[in-house]
Amino acid sequence: MANSTAEKTKAASAEPVSMMSVLAPAVGWLIPGAGHMIQKRWIRGLLLFISIATLFVLGLAMQGRIYKANGGDILDILGFIGDVGAGGLYIVTLAADWGQGAIAFATADYGTKFMIVAGLLNFIAVADAYHIAIGKKQ
Amino acid sequence: MTITLNHFSAAAVFALFASIVFGITHRENTRDMVRYGLYCFAMFLGGVLAAGWAMWLLRR
Repeated sequence: MANSTAEKTKAASAEPVSMMSVLAPAVGWLIPGAGHMIQKRWIRGLLLFISIATLFVLGLAMQGRIYKANGGDILDILGFIGDVGAGGLYIVTLAADWGQGAIAFATADYGTKFMIVAGLLNFIAVADAYHIAIGKKQ
Repeated sequence: MTITLNHFSAAAVFALFASIVFGITHRENTRDMVRYGLYCFAMFLGGVLAAGWAMWLLRR
């Protein structure tokens, strides 16, 4: 039993890194769902894109605040990590200087959380795209 | 453009999209994905309603 576990671990570590196992997570991070689409999981990729992009855009429309890279408060750092998960959506938002957050709107805080969650969900989607690429998942 | 959602509709929208992602990423085949997505959605909304009623009771 111990031998078979050791053999499996050895075999797994000996597997060469395929091009897709690097490309799928990278593309999936940049464009939510694209990591699945380039592996011909069209419907899954499309649903992931719609879900993550809609959540992020709704957050922006609710006047949510986008976190920039910072070394200050721990919650600000965690907010940045969550936001950056949205990849291209985050980059476009920063470049266009959107997501400044309007204190006047009570729902702006919901919007901020929507954008963080969209980024975190994209991290999960990226991990899933990687698992498909290495053959761990269908 | 500014969208204003109330607490419940914001929670419902959140539950819908988070459940879709959870369903797709946490299960292997289509049938299980749909079932798990529906389960997550029900749990999210059930949690919101339960927490709402709990707060209503605590307030009295």
